[in-house]
Amino acid sequence: MNAFEIVNLSRRDFLKAGAGLTLGIAVPDALAQMAGPGQGGGSVVATGRLEPNAFVRIGTDNTVTVIVKHLEMGQGTYTGLPTLVAEELDADWGQIRVEGAPADASRYNNLLLGPMQGTGGSTAMANSFEQMRKAGAAARAMLVAAAAERWNVAPDSITIARGAVMHLPSNRRTNFGQLAANAAKLPVPQEVKLKDPKDFVFIGRRVTRTDSRAKSNGTAIYTQDVKLPGMLTALVAHPPRFGAKPKPFDAARAKAVKGVVDVVAIPQGVAVLANDFWSAKKGRDALAVEWDESGAFKLGSAEIMAQYRALAATPGLPARKEGDPAGALARAAKTLEASYEFPYLAHACMEPMNCVVKLSADGCEIWNGEQFQSIDQGAVAAVLAMKPEQVKINMLFAGGSFGRRANPQADYVVEAVQIAKAIDGRAPVKLVWTREDDMRAGYYRPMYYHALKAGLDAQGNLIAWQHRIVGQSILGGTAFEGMMVKDGIDATSVEGAANLPYAVPNLGVELHSPRMGVPVQWWRSVGSTHTAFSTETFLDELAVAAGKDPFQVRRALLAKSPRHKAVLEMAAAEADWSTPLVSARVGDRRGRGIAVHESFNTVVAQVAEVTVRRDGSWRVDRVMCAVDCGLAVNPDVVRAQMEGGIAFGLTAALHGAITLKDGVVEQSNFHDYMPLRMHEMPRIGVYIVRSNEKPTGVGEPATPVIAPAVANALFAATGKPIRSLPIRIQA
Amino acid sequence: MITLNVNGKPASVDADPDTPLLWVLRDHLGMTGTKYGCGMALCGACTVHVNGQPARSCSTPLSAAAGKRITTIEGIGQTKEGRVLQEAWVANDVPQCGYCQSGQIMSAAALLAKVKRPTDAEIESAMGGNVCRCGTYNRISLAVRQASRNIK
Repeated sequence: MNAFEIVNLSRRDFLKAGAGLTLGIAVPDALAQMAGPGQGGGSVVATGRLEPNAFVRIGTDNTVTVIVKHLEMGQGTYTGLPTLVAEELDADWGQIRVEGAPADASRYNNLLLGPMQGTGGSTAMANSFEQMRKAGAAARAMLVAAAAERWNVAPDSITIARGAVMHLPSNRRTNFGQLAANAAKLPVPQEVKLKDPKDFVFIGRRVTRTDSRAKSNGTAIYTQDVKLPGMLTALVAHPPRFGAKPKPFDAARAKAVKGVVDVVAIPQGVAVLANDFWSAKKGRDALAVEWDESGAFKLGSAEIMAQYRALAATPGLPARKEGDPAGALARAAKTLEASYEFPYLAHACMEPMNCVVKLSADGCEIWNGEQFQSIDQGAVAAVLAMKPEQVKINMLFAGGSFGRRANPQADYVVEAVQIAKAIDGRAPVKLVWTREDDMRAGYYRPMYYHALKAGLDAQGNLIAWQHRIVGQSILGGTAFEGMMVKDGIDATSVEGAANLPYAVPNLGVELHSPRMGVPVQWWRSVGSTHTAFSTETFLDELAVAAGKDPFQVRRALLAKSPRHKAVLEMAAAEADWSTPLVSARVGDRRGRGIAVHESFNTVVAQVAEVTVRRDGSWRVDRVMCAVDCGLAVNPDVVRAQMEGGIAFGLTAALHGAITLKDGVVEQSNFHDYMPLRMHEMPRIGVYIVRSNEKPTGVGEPATPVIAPAVANALFAATGKPIRSLPIRIQA
Repeated sequence: MITLNVNGKPASVDADPDTPLLWVLRDHLGMTGTKYGCGMALCGACTVHVNGQPARSCSTPLSAAAGKRITTIEGIGQTKEGRVLQEAWVANDVPQCGYCQSGQIMSAAALLAKVKRPTDAEIESAMGGNVCRCGTYNRISLAVRQASRNIK
């Protein structure tokens, strides 16, 4: 049961593993348009190679290899997607193997991202749910047909359970491995019937993660661990300010360092190549580069925020308008205003960015925890004047990403390729960023400023809501601009605000998207990282102003949003919302806060309980987290993602801030960009709404909810609202 | 040449004495289970044991490791603490991205070798130097407690 083997190594290993032992069953993704045998959709002859759109390979050794098109960065895709195949195939979980898919959008595109291959937006399960089940069901049908043929019995008299193929009337049994060769010669079925959910044996239950063992004994392979013959390790001296370029430099001192092989200029820096990391590091330390800062960005965070504050005083582009917000505000019995400030945030994955590149005459091969295959292929091909399909990408585990490895500019991948190109491909190159490089490389969650105004009528009902958001566009200037920026509104800047679920008759959401020279990018839960905070904490201020209970205020405003309401009520019930909290020590103030937010079609509500001590120090004691993610394919993975999402959001709430001074990033490592540590982790209870709706994402949606839940708890404990992150409270 | 004892086996390395043990293990000995996370002993991803004590290999120069007994994630399964911890890690599906988990297990193994039944406070203290950006802390704590009960 635990003998999982993750095949995610080099292409060479992949082919070697494939050649000896497998016959394949190729399964196109759209069975409705499935070609018959001989038209490319048929089964595979004994080459061990896969036909297009193949997700399942059944070996003569009785292994079932599931080819996963999404990056495993911790969120559980290497478990969740194979679960879907195993379910419809009636496989035994112990015979499942996992392999990362190659870069090939014609077979492995993300069905929710159109023609491109990539992982993001908590879409892995949502876009794979039917595709992978159909892949498993088609393979099963072929195995059934092969068994029926072998035993000369009717297909519907064959049963399969836990990998055993049986004809019960004659008491015969075999396994997948013994049928694979014959099954591979059969036509792929035109249509397959998927299981009735009541018959699920894996979906909806916990199966152990396929990667737990390899990640507990040091054998899991990440990009950082790849070693090719003759490979050089490259470190890059980057400019201290965004937009600066290297001036001509003297490489002599760096080249004098033992182990250093070469020093080359690339457009955004100087790369030192050595036989190993430490030599490259010493070489880089020995390098003195001067920078041309004529095009460099030189503002500090304070100046940027001052500009945003001024912009927020002026109307922005409309992202949503209902009724007459200005008129309703003018006639309101009571109005409230609040403004919110959010810093830049770094992803700070445990594995700093890195990439391995090998150039050859006819192509480029990359090893990477690969999140954005199509974008990276295109960007690399442009650097090398190749075709995208000449860029082969080998999928490895990623030591975290949180969005970072899906860079619309392919930044670190392109950097690695530029270095390999600069040495004319003489050796494979592993680009390694140090923690400091990673922290200062930009592509942050943008800074934002929010200004909110609301009006209550004489009875304390919310009648007007005006929300202005100021911050850089993540999508502007990227390949996604055309798709996701409409009428000047970057959907990721206003998500969570423009679709506010509360029934407010007069509602306006406006956006300013100033340009700044700081590279920005999506960060786990993207726009919701800030919109959930401002909307959910402002609502608590309104509730208090109206003399109402924050939970009951939300319930009433969500009367027409049943999913939100149900999740909210679940979290409140688990937290015994109406029961007062008890202080353990004299002088301690305790508070409970609630927040609910939808992102990526998943709704999460959390109740946080905090203790504030007399000296102003405080901690989050406990979090009750309710989630509606449709059908929970693996409830334990859902729980893990809620726990992890809370920890990630709590890190930002407690500590997270990247700040600039005169354009220079002030943080560099984990001492000044502090991660959450074990003693700060609250107890967490996760409660999953029972649902048979299609699964929705779980990687991101827990993250945005925790900061407002905690801030609301602190507001309840201290009476002082929290209006900026990270949270700082006075004693 | 500097001689090390890694997981009970002698190993000779031709590297500058100031080279951190982390890079000796990874680049010179090809043992990649020990991870680079920060280079400043801030995150614990590189934790190994030197003469049985947990040490951040990114900040331990080769010269300081010479002649000492080094244990890494590749060898910890040979100890009873390492074995039960790895089983508890799998049983509770602790890892997410997994990159920090070698270091987590090495810190936990050093704790259990010293304190058979650690309290929650002792676990928090021993594991405080190990960062997990995926936020698996509660499962780590659970797995350490479970492992401590399973050590015979």
